[in-house]
Amino acid sequence: MIDILKDPINWIGDLLSTWLVGLGLLPAFVTFLLQLLSAVILATTLLLLTFILIWAERKIVARIQDRLGPNRVGPFGVFQTVADLLKLVTKELITPEGVDRLPYNIAPLLTVAAVVGLWGVMPLAPTLLGADINVGVLYIISIGAIGTLGILLAGMSSNNKYALLGAFRTVAVMISYAVPMVLALLIPVLLSGSMGMQAIVVGQRGAPYFLLAPVAGIIFFVSSLAEVGRAPFDLLEADSEIVAGYNIEYSGLKFGMFFVAEFLHAFTISALTATLFLGGWSGPWVDLYPILGTLYFLIKTSIVYFVVIWIRGSFPRIRIDQMNALNWKFITPVALAGLIFTAVAEKVAVELELQRVIVHLGSSVLLIVLIIVVLGIYARITRRQAKAPAIAG
Amino acid sequence: MLSLLQIAFLVAAFLTIVSAIMVVTTPSMVHAALWLILALAGAAVFFIILNAGFLAVVQIAVYIDAIAIMIIIVVMLTEGATRQQIRQVSKTWWAAAIAAILLFVGLIAIFLQTPSLIAEAPALVMSQDAILEDLGTALVDVNRYIIPFEIASVLLLAALIGSIMVAWPLVKGDKKEEVEA
Repeated sequence: MIDILKDPINWIGDLLSTWLVGLGLLPAFVTFLLQLLSAVILATTLLLLTFILIWAERKIVARIQDRLGPNRVGPFGVFQTVADLLKLVTKELITPEGVDRLPYNIAPLLTVAAVVGLWGVMPLAPTLLGADINVGVLYIISIGAIGTLGILLAGMSSNNKYALLGAFRTVAVMISYAVPMVLALLIPVLLSGSMGMQAIVVGQRGAPYFLLAPVAGIIFFVSSLAEVGRAPFDLLEADSEIVAGYNIEYSGLKFGMFFVAEFLHAFTISALTATLFLGGWSGPWVDLYPILGTLYFLIKTSIVYFVVIWIRGSFPRIRIDQMNALNWKFITPVALAGLIFTAVAEKVAVELELQRVIVHLGSSVLLIVLIIVVLGIYARITRRQAKAPAIAG
Repeated sequence: MLSLLQIAFLVAAFLTIVSAIMVVTTPSMVHAALWLILALAGAAVFFIILNAGFLAVVQIAVYIDAIAIMIIIVVMLTEGATRQQIRQVSKTWWAAAIAAILLFVGLIAIFLQTPSLIAEAPALVMSQDAILEDLGTALVDVNRYIIPFEIASVLLLAALIGSIMVAWPLVKGDKKEEVEA
């Protein structure tokens, strides 16, 4: 009998399980039913959490821009998102003429499903995990890319040139930035020795992986920002350029789904960064009271989400050619170099039996010095070329 | 009473077969690509049922997130392909259906005679983690699969270099030849 204060959710689960088995159902069926129930509760909680996320974003971006943000609907404007959602729900679902109906209607569902599906493997506490699969990291990559598919279908099926343009740019950016994201994801896998999310969090009991591989953490964070389509990488739906891109032709709740998916995806990648690089649910007294793990997880995720909003309010938008150049010429080589350095440092630390954290910190410092040196050389070459224009024009 | 695993298998099999039929019969190419995605997802479910979770996620990552998206992009970039609606089923489909059913019945009759195919699946000799680790070691082991692994890498490298060569911007000299040809 688990103490209710220490681990409330598993306690409720055990209570329901014993009651249902007592009613006469098969144990396997009871397990299935409880898992279905927990999936429904998790998905609903996340979608309801979006109210708070959108409100927080609007308030923080407003403060950065020296204004107040929503403050009329409810105390501090908390119910503004509810009002917006009610408006979206009551709007007419207009389907333009000439759209391809099947992809048009599936696209919002795929985008939301991809984001909510990512939470199935997120460890919320030492004993609270949707599915403890041993290939959790690979699952994140594959389910995350289904969101790309949704946006591609949305842009393609709307009978609209701007939507198509948005879809093309989306595919180029999202697939390109998936490469350094995967490479940066490999580094926590290397450091912990397993692809399972719970194993990666448990491996960070000593030191969070952000200390061991800060370059990987930053690369993962930046490429995830590009994957989600948040500013400064938000030319996927640049309001001033292509008039909302792939979701022009969506009205009412279908647009609401894209809206929710984007904010929830931003929160999800904050949660992923917190889990993979900041330690997830680990913190003081988490062995005694597992439910504290969820609190630590939420605090870390909120800090990263605040940084996401901060970046949104501070940087101008990046052009598509600048985005591609940044990815292929800078971020991917740095991610590859980081992977090699981490692998070598891990072997060195094991073979020579040195202190692991120090060796990895040393290799990260070496990597940063190398990056600065290479960038300096590249800048010098570019400056020389700009001064003396090429002969063969 | 069917076990839960059997119900899951039957549902996944039904979905896969229906999607496969829709892939070849639907008139629109984009819809065919979408049904293909569903069929491939069904294949991923089969991998999970067979205790090969790693292969299931690799199936999704490679087939759905790379190949299916590439198919949709190609359809998108081909002129007028998204509007194309051609009837895919010919008038003599009943003859093909009879031939297919006869072949199916014949194959099943032969398979049922093979004892190893209708026996219970043997229990896994190692735990899932150990199997995954063994797969990784096998790919770089000198006595096992390192040569096919390296040859596949060289093949991918050749494809990458080839695509860059095709997409390389034309140098001034080439442009004149392009215009004259």
